[in-house]
Amino acid sequence: MPASGPARPTLHFTGPLDLPATAALWTQTLNAARGAGGKITLDLQNVPHCDTAGATLLAVAEARGAELRGANAEITALLARVRTARGTKAAPAIPRASNPLTDGARAAVDGLAFLGETLVAALRVPGRPRMFVLRDLLAITDEAGVRAVPLVMLLGFLMGLILAFQSSIPLRQFGAEIYVVNLVTISLLRELGPLLAAIILAGRTGSAFAAELGTMVVNDEIAAISTMGIDPVTMLVLPRLAATLLIMPGLAMLLELSGMCGMTLVMGTLGFPASAVVHQAVQAARLTDIVGGLVKASVFGAAVSVIGCRTGLGAGLGPRAVGEAATAAVVGGIFATIVLDGVFTILFYRLHL
Amino acid sequence: MTDAPIVDAQDVAQSFGARTVFEHVNFQVLPREIFVILGGSGCGKSTLMRQMIGLLAPTAGRMMVLGHDMRAPDAAVLKRLGVMFQGGALFGSKTLLENVMLPLEMHTDLPRDAREDLAAVKLGLVGLADAANLQPAEISGGMAKRCGIARALALDPPLLFLDEPAAGLDPVTSAGLDQLILDLRAQLGISFVVVSHELNSILTIGDRCIMLDRGAKGIIATGDPRALRDGSADPRVQDFFKRRAA
Repeated sequence: MPASGPARPTLHFTGPLDLPATAALWTQTLNAARGAGGKITLDLQNVPHCDTAGATLLAVAEARGAELRGANAEITALLARVRTARGTKAAPAIPRASNPLTDGARAAVDGLAFLGETLVAALRVPGRPRMFVLRDLLAITDEAGVRAVPLVMLLGFLMGLILAFQSSIPLRQFGAEIYVVNLVTISLLRELGPLLAAIILAGRTGSAFAAELGTMVVNDEIAAISTMGIDPVTMLVLPRLAATLLIMPGLAMLLELSGMCGMTLVMGTLGFPASAVVHQAVQAARLTDIVGGLVKASVFGAAVSVIGCRTGLGAGLGPRAVGEAATAAVVGGIFATIVLDGVFTILFYRLHL
Repeated sequence: MTDAPIVDAQDVAQSFGARTVFEHVNFQVLPREIFVILGGSGCGKSTLMRQMIGLLAPTAGRMMVLGHDMRAPDAAVLKRLGVMFQGGALFGSKTLLENVMLPLEMHTDLPRDAREDLAAVKLGLVGLADAANLQPAEISGGMAKRCGIARALALDPPLLFLDEPAAGLDPVTSAGLDQLILDLRAQLGISFVVVSHELNSILTIGDRCIMLDRGAKGIIATGDPRALRDGSADPRVQDFFKRRAA
């Protein structure tokens, strides 16, 4: 293909310049043009026709200084079309300024604003009760609560079993295996019950809230609700929030009881009858442990629910936005739960609870 | 260029269970032709197109496209077909440029800058060069259809299938799309098979057409759409062109 003319090197093309030929010649041709400082001639006398791929190669080479020679009328016309098509440049994509700190702060402020909006909507419900759909509340309670029971019980049982088994090993060295009951019971009631229930809620229900509401945003359903004069927060967020406030104490309690069943099984293998385990657990647990755990569970549930709804309603457009909203709901829900747990720990410590 | 047909439907039929959509359908599409499949809703237009692009095997007969039996299409023939689906069928997570680059990435060894150049030219051909970095969610229905055409053009196929290109578009956008199809045929020599029931579009771009009818379960008219409009004695054809309820 390459040859030398008197003044500038020439590349002679032979045969149709279609997509496969273009793919084979692209790099070679442009490298040759670059090597000659753009002062190169492309001889097209023996090219019977080309497609838009071939014409694009010729246009790119021409833009880099190559001279085209011998093109037939068909190629010339197509080349003119491709030159025009290349003439309009797209506006460059503006990268979104991203900073984890400012993004996090913005998300926290947005979340607080949304929480405020939700509280205001809740206060207005008595004045417009028909906007709060009781049927939705029951359906969400069933989906988020009743259908989560098997998972919660299984996880709680396994957690109690593992905790009891692991803690029995060091305590056995001191002949204090019976205190495994105290350790596991208080851990489950005060900490692990609410925490694990909230994590299950975030993964199972928070993501579902975000995906459902995000899809409604994408389909303009939220816009339709708003233009009908219906407050989306009252209609969609409050039933979800109320449902999670209702179910979370129940789920946490179930998880704790299941964990104690797992612990009782391990204690049985260590030679402690169930009656001794129950007696020790009743001695170890205080009412404040139980009530404090249930309060935490409700607050965690509210946080997961509000964050799930917020990310869903704040979703962008397109299918990716729904996936991003679901991911953000799970991550945000778990993060908020851990942060709130830390706050509760300090609060309970200060209040000597 | 030879005049051998690039699409040859040989007595094709399609049934779903006991329900026959159409049967004994015969037609040919010639190179550089804009061939329109028209008819009312439910007559099997899109089903026939799905047979031609290899998504549906005919229950009887043979559908030959570019010399291949589309009952078992291979990748080589599918690369030579471009298809624009009704809504554009763009990938929502990619920009318009990335949508058009996708077939080039999958089927060629071109370097990335070459793929970008080629995709930008395709978008330029359909008038979307300045929208290359937008997401599908940010563009109108007409732009999505144009981008669907650009993506279908990515591999420079000799044959393009368009499913309802004018549906849901305003008259001005629809006319622009019709002109684009005519330009692409004139400048690139591409053949088109267009499924449509938009009369203005059919009469503007169609060289030849077949009309399917749900009651007849097959073709009831063949020819130049303008000639059919002006000269057909078949009342079903007249009803269609004169927008009369049957």
